[in-house]
Amino acid sequence: MHMADFWQILGEAFRLILTGDRTVYQTTLLSLLVSGTATLLAFLWGVPIAALIALKSFRGKLLIKSMFNALVGIPTVALGLILYMLLSRSGPLGFLGLLYTPTAIIIGEAVLVTPLIISLASSAIEAVDPEIISLAKTLGASESQASTAVLREAANGLMVAGIMGFNRAISELGVALMVGGNMVLTTRIAAQINYDIALSLSLTIILLLVVFAANILAYIIRRRKA
Amino acid sequence: MNCIVELDNVSKSFSGLTALQGISLRIWEGEILTFLGPNGSGKTTLLKILAFIEKPSEGSMYYRGGKVTDENMAWLRRKATMVFQRPVLLNATVYDNVAYGLKIRGFPKGEISRAVKEALGLVHLEGYEKRPARKLSGGEQQRVSLARALALKTELLLLDEPTASLDPKSAAIIEDAIVTVNRKHGSTIVMATHNVFQAKAMPNRVALMEAGRIREVGTPHEVFSVLSKTLVSFAALDNTLIGEAKVVGDGVSLIDLGNNFKIVAAKKAEGKVSVFISPEDIILSRTRFESSARNLFKGRITEISDMGSVVRLRVDVGKPFTVQITKRSFEEMKLNLNSEVYIAFKASSVHIL
Repeated sequence: MHMADFWQILGEAFRLILTGDRTVYQTTLLSLLVSGTATLLAFLWGVPIAALIALKSFRGKLLIKSMFNALVGIPTVALGLILYMLLSRSGPLGFLGLLYTPTAIIIGEAVLVTPLIISLASSAIEAVDPEIISLAKTLGASESQASTAVLREAANGLMVAGIMGFNRAISELGVALMVGGNMVLTTRIAAQINYDIALSLSLTIILLLVVFAANILAYIIRRRKA
Repeated sequence: MNCIVELDNVSKSFSGLTALQGISLRIWEGEILTFLGPNGSGKTTLLKILAFIEKPSEGSMYYRGGKVTDENMAWLRRKATMVFQRPVLLNATVYDNVAYGLKIRGFPKGEISRAVKEALGLVHLEGYEKRPARKLSGGEQQRVSLARALALKTELLLLDEPTASLDPKSAAIIEDAIVTVNRKHGSTIVMATHNVFQAKAMPNRVALMEAGRIREVGTPHEVFSVLSKTLVSFAALDNTLIGEAKVVGDGVSLIDLGNNFKIVAAKKAEGKVSVFISPEDIILSRTRFESSARNLFKGRITEISDMGSVVRLRVDVGKPFTVQITKRSFEEMKLNLNSEVYIAFKASSVHIL
């Protein structure tokens, strides 16, 4: 690629973004929707598990904790392959007909970011002053109200966990490619490289903007934590 | 007098370690009872049991004659509330902190705001409602904690070292508020302290605690007359010393604390006595200075504990003394471990117990 080509492609990429190219916007919207839903699901089941790990003492707690910590770094392509085998026509969940649908990506990404959300959320909950439970109780709270008080104290950390989960979901390629085909930002960036590199670049710019914005938001929330 | 809580041979251990042993005690409705004892004597654990937050490992507990069980404990918890030694605040405004217990109890909004206002008034924090609670000074945070408990008007109020490590102004406000709710609402107050002077001034009854047991219970007068005999075991209490007193002038005694270490007290006393000097009453200086204080000693700092808005120093002047100064003076004086300092206190600051 020549230097002149580079500037031309960059210019074309910005033109696509600024003129509201349909492919660019539809892909972006679908990505946000898929990753957002996946993160929400992972958050909904991840936070109660994190609370259990952080607040209760039980046998095998350390094992479960280290397992989730290890799963944070699972290669997305490995998880993608496993999910592909489960969802493919001849697989055990093949009858659902989910392979190559946005739903498949949502499920895959939700599974992918669950360990990350559990790890970050349980650390955030563990960082709360343990006396908050005693405090809530002596002020009249029941067990569950006391746990809610602790979660509320961890709110900033939980928000950061959610944002980090979203970041991982929107920027991963392996799962989306294996079970979704070519639908979202990352997979399109990869797929268009040899056909329409300006489209690839415009999607890359958007992806980077989203990731940067999410990181800045996480940074602001962390700083607010006093 | 009605008995509000009764403990019958209560013990408590945490993973094999005994925190309380064979505690039998009756608490009377409307009284102020103080647990006096050194750190680690079990005061906090006993308060947590009385607050229904901790379960006794052994023994029985009765509330107004009814046995406390696992089933009714959560319900009884609302009859009592405890203020912890270190202020524990929710990451919210002062208003939301004070309102928390009332919201949990399902009070209507108007009633909550009235109760919050009244409670903040008692601790002189009117107008603080919207401030973030954790941004307040240590003394103010402790006052918010107290207001949060007072707002609930529980039958039983449990206070763990409510004024330790506080500036004198906050300490006075808190002591005032405690006495007020005791008189006005008839709340029964149980308080832990290692400050002998506080234990002598405020309560109706004092329980001396040591190593997880109650050694003596009685009126301050009864207990402090025994204290001189059992005091050896209370050496861990700050600035509590035993000596031989001799009247040397008009209303003045010289007390020999051993090893030829003598202090002057503005009171007539003869024979064996226990004395107490409040850590806030001791003046600390880098240099030798002239003052009206009759007791002046030179020594070195052997221990520094940061308590938030104040700093507690251990100064060895031949006898160890605990001195409490504000954090600001501590920083301005550039004090370090092993710094050479002078301590001074008035003869009238020496309390003969």
